[in-house]
Amino acid sequence: MTGTRARKALSSVVVALCAAAVGIALVPLAFVFFYVIQQGFSSLNWDFFTKMPKPVGEAGGGMANSIVGTLILIAVAGAIAIPVGVIAGVYLSEYGKRRFASLVRFTADVLNGVPSIVIGIFAYGLAVLPVKHFSALAGGLALSFMMIPIITRTTEELLNLVPGTLREGSLALGATRARSAFSIMLPAALPGIMTGILVALARIAGETAPLLFTAFNNRFFSTALNQPISSLTVQVYTYAISPYEDWHRQAWAGALVLVSVVFLFSVLARVVTRRLERMHRT
Amino acid sequence: MSKSPSSRRSADDRGFRLGTGFFALLVVLLVLGIFIELFRTSNLSIAKFGFRFWTGKVWDPVAGEFGALPFIWGTLYSSILAMLISTPIALGIAIFLSELSPRPLRTPLAFLTELLAAIPSIVYGLWGIFVLVPLVRKLEVLTPVWMKKIPLFSGPPLGVGMLSAALILAVMVIPFTSSVAREVLKAVPASQREAAYALGATRWEAIQAALRYGRTGILGAVMLGLGRAIGETMAVTMVIGNNPQVSWSLFAPQHTMAAVIANEFTEAADDLYLSALIEIGLVLFVITVVINALSRFLIWSVSREVKVKVEPPVVPVPAEPEVAA
Repeated sequence: MTGTRARKALSSVVVALCAAAVGIALVPLAFVFFYVIQQGFSSLNWDFFTKMPKPVGEAGGGMANSIVGTLILIAVAGAIAIPVGVIAGVYLSEYGKRRFASLVRFTADVLNGVPSIVIGIFAYGLAVLPVKHFSALAGGLALSFMMIPIITRTTEELLNLVPGTLREGSLALGATRARSAFSIMLPAALPGIMTGILVALARIAGETAPLLFTAFNNRFFSTALNQPISSLTVQVYTYAISPYEDWHRQAWAGALVLVSVVFLFSVLARVVTRRLERMHRT
Repeated sequence: MSKSPSSRRSADDRGFRLGTGFFALLVVLLVLGIFIELFRTSNLSIAKFGFRFWTGKVWDPVAGEFGALPFIWGTLYSSILAMLISTPIALGIAIFLSELSPRPLRTPLAFLTELLAAIPSIVYGLWGIFVLVPLVRKLEVLTPVWMKKIPLFSGPPLGVGMLSAALILAVMVIPFTSSVAREVLKAVPASQREAAYALGATRWEAIQAALRYGRTGILGAVMLGLGRAIGETMAVTMVIGNNPQVSWSLFAPQHTMAAVIANEFTEAADDLYLSALIEIGLVLFVITVVINALSRFLIWSVSREVKVKVEPPVVPVPAEPEVAA
């Protein structure tokens, strides 16, 4: 038939283009990884984790205060977001067919798409404006707002993976709905949920925009929740836009730490899900 | 009268439903709260400037004159450029991973492309400043003279500017569009492709049939990417040059809504200035909520039966074992 060859040729071209698209996307990925590792490794040393930042002109120093700051911020965020997100996720999985559940699911997804900078403004209005100063608490609050929808949806998804027969079994044995949700379903999904939470924490540790005017930054070592606090990301930002080469090096080291944490947790998540997958298959 | 065990149990269940439902309600209240708070705190600027705020080109905090047009322009221009670059690539990835890829490559390739979404925005920004911007500058220097006469390529080769921002945004949104589009394609019934093949279609023609079937969902995937591009802050502010001007030039340093908030919020000395910035935030919020809502609706409409995940998975959820029909 006429054109068959042309159609086949077109088909092969498109197939090749699609494969090329994957290649194109992997170029920037490799490019970013290469530079972060190359630049980061040469500037990363023990001092980075243990020393305080040095003033301009003095070589060396580290980001000890920022690392502790980031840990405190994600601890605050987790303390707020984990209970809220997990319980909301339990609700969605137990009563998922209700109209209200659809609304919650929808808003959670929408909230997930709200720009982080806007979340920052909200937390500013909530926790900075009334007390008139920046604080670790405000920063943690902003981050928690970003985590809540992620944890809610992850918890729901993983709970839905648990075979429904488990719930039916426990209800048939006379357990209340609450008992079956919290003592049977949740533990069964726990490894997955915990990994999900860890990944969410790792990702949230990479957020900068919501911290700029909530946690702000702090040149000194601080663990006080009601004071401004330094974070890895804001510190990397400050260093990156500075004109000093020493600071640029520190910024790359910070970027390497951030990327490694996110990467490790992503791989971990993959391994755990593989396991879960195998578990549920058998 | 003492309650029977069964009615006590149903009361327990009610308590459980309302208790957990309260936490679910918090999610909804959060979104409402954001809107109300932003609306309340931007009142000063809304009352003073009204609609003029969105058409004014002058942003002069010292004189108390606030016009947000350059920021809207920058946000829309950079996002649309980013979508023009990223959409074909993202769809190509989605098609390759769902229709063409050899099975053993599928999972690792999907993981790698989704890793693009895991890299923190600040790291993209850092990379942008020190690697991408110098590259773009070189490219701009190489622009032939006749091309420089076109408004699109006019201006000095600074490196920082619209082109760098669009490129970095494109990279950042690829995983969002591609992973959702892939889920949509997965949700297209195999019978669509089989029917096409049965009629003698080539591979590409069969894929076209699948694309046509899932087109609303794919549009949703693109819009999801657009929402991300509009709200992206750090990486953009680090490479776009932060200069409020309305220009078609790809080389010109410009500004975006998110970037101006990030840059000037802590410097906003008076209430009107702060209120103007928050008004920009309010509009950013409304735009992204509308785009996201629309996008989820489109995705949902194509796959009411088949579950489509709308984010690159935080924890990749294992594929459910396929049930033989």
